[in-house]
Amino acid sequence: MIELDRLVRRYGEREALSDVSLSLPTGKTVVVFGPNGAGKTTLLRVLATLLRPHSGAVTVLDRQLPDEAWRVRGRIGLLGHEPLLYRELTPRENLRYHARLHDVPQERVQERLQAVSMTNRADEPLRTLSRGMVQRVAVARATLHDPELLLLDEPYANLDPAAIDLVMPLIGAESGRTRVVSSHDPSRGLAEADLVLGLRAGRAVIVKAAPDVGPEEIAELYR
Amino acid sequence: MRRTVGALVRKELLVELRTLESVPGMALFAVTTFVVFHFALNQNTVSGQEAAGILWVTLLFAAMLGVNRLFVADADQGGFDGFLLAPVDRTALLLAKALALLCYLLVLELVAVPAFGLLLLGPPLGQALPGLLAPLALGDLGVAAIGTLVAALAVRTRARDLLGPLLALPLLVPIVIGCARASAPLLVSAHPGGPALRWIATLALYDLVFGLIAYAVFDFLLED
Amino acid sequence: MRSPSLRALSISTVLAFCVSLSLVFFYAPIEADQGFLQKIFYLHVPLAIVALCGFVIGGLFAIAHLRTGDQRWDLRSYVAIHMSLIFGVGVLLTGSIWARASWGHWWVWDEPTLVSFLIVFLLYATYSPLRFAIEDPERQGRYASVFAITAGAFVPLNFIAVRLSASYVHPRVLGATSNLPSSMAFTFLVSLAAMALLFATLCSYELAAKRTRILLKVRSRTLGFR
Repeated sequence: MIELDRLVRRYGEREALSDVSLSLPTGKTVVVFGPNGAGKTTLLRVLATLLRPHSGAVTVLDRQLPDEAWRVRGRIGLLGHEPLLYRELTPRENLRYHARLHDVPQERVQERLQAVSMTNRADEPLRTLSRGMVQRVAVARATLHDPELLLLDEPYANLDPAAIDLVMPLIGAESGRTRVVSSHDPSRGLAEADLVLGLRAGRAVIVKAAPDVGPEEIAELYR
Repeated sequence: MRRTVGALVRKELLVELRTLESVPGMALFAVTTFVVFHFALNQNTVSGQEAAGILWVTLLFAAMLGVNRLFVADADQGGFDGFLLAPVDRTALLLAKALALLCYLLVLELVAVPAFGLLLLGPPLGQALPGLLAPLALGDLGVAAIGTLVAALAVRTRARDLLGPLLALPLLVPIVIGCARASAPLLVSAHPGGPALRWIATLALYDLVFGLIAYAVFDFLLED
Repeated sequence: MRSPSLRALSISTVLAFCVSLSLVFFYAPIEADQGFLQKIFYLHVPLAIVALCGFVIGGLFAIAHLRTGDQRWDLRSYVAIHMSLIFGVGVLLTGSIWARASWGHWWVWDEPTLVSFLIVFLLYATYSPLRFAIEDPERQGRYASVFAITAGAFVPLNFIAVRLSASYVHPRVLGATSNLPSSMAFTFLVSLAAMALLFATLCSYELAAKRTRILLKVRSRTLGFR
């Protein structure tokens, strides 16, 4: 489902990702740990086809990036630090816009709003909503087109426990989708991971199955 | 492609209607500038080439306000990413933004041209108006194409408000030449002529060439 | 290594300039109307032609950069445009002096080529600010190339547009180039060749200097220096 073979992505002369290799089967979850600046967000953006790999092979959903990026775009959902929503528009308008872009029927918008429990505030401008509500709408946006692959950058930040329970069916392990999740929370991260990727300064220092990784190893990354 | 452009234009116009960030400012700027010109020139009316010059320079600078704001919401609120993640042809963004800018310019002119006729123009506007439509339309197309390209170029840089107009104004000089020269014979009281065909042709050619160039290079501004 | 061709270029440039300057001062006749200062024409027009070609070549290199993704084309494009801009300052200065000598004013709007050149110069003057306003080096190169292509296409179109708008009241001095006496034409061509060689030489020097700096940076990094 995802194959990375010595992926390199530079920023100027610095290597933001350096020889990262990974193999993730369909339906499994890899959790990415690492301090700030380790390359977690860069990795997610490369997988999302927003950044092109500078060297190494990247295969996502059986397609080679960057050449076949256009084929996989509609099958990936990215939930990043930014909600990717327009503040002056309402949640409904934002979702309608994304539905049109992804050629998804408009009925799905209402479904998703209900799924994240945002129907009662769906027609107020986004800038009047709290951070947690915006994040819920962002989850709706990221899953609107039923993507096969979910790329989640610290998805549970800004969400209270009730909200987390709401979104789990959509973006959690039980959604059944293949997931790449970046996380700062070792216990929750290890609990939902099938595979663990530990990044430090762009290098993959941990690439192991989740049961083989202990919390102290994760803590080492941050030292 | 059409669906994508439609979705994008709808979103653009919706955001603009909600925020009213561009169009009222552009229109107000134009009217205020006419007033300033009255005092700067110390004249009650203008006609001929002078009138054409004042009209086009004012429209141009007002357009710059719109160009500056064209991609700002997308750059600041993750609009680029949201678009780039969609399985659509990326040139649709160029078309949609240019169409939106064109709409803004049309509204601007609906306000500014009558205001010009009222405040500064000596000869009656009514007789000049039919002839003015062609330069206005072609000028708008040129500003839309070049303005969108320049706006996309400038928005993800550090000095975006400054670079936009600095890049756009030289590129728009031929449009100013064409429009101002085409309109000058229309704005005289005695025996107003029609716009010279040579200027209309120049404008059309310039619009075509830069439209094609913008179409060809735009994708490179979006990819990373 | 690069030095043989750099040396050859430098020598031929110096030679060409010696020949052209001797021609200008000793061979070409003094023009009846404008006197001795007319000779600045042999400096001004070649500077302008070479600078304009430099801008367009910068655009062509930019196309190669976008098509291949090879950063070396971006470097060549940057150097060509940069050098043309410097030559452009020379064009405007010599043009101004010539205008003063011919018409008594430091600037004239009746010379459409000079006017078009001013517009082109103002456009390309934004090239460096644009580059420096973008931090990501890859994006910087890409955006600069988009600019170079757009501006390169603009150069000929702008000339046409300004030409069309020019009033034909004052006689255009540059129009006189088509019916130059052969002595002046020959001098002009040699001056043009010398200027083109100068451009090529200066660009090669700048490219070599930049390449060396990049090499030094790479070497010092691999050796562990900060």
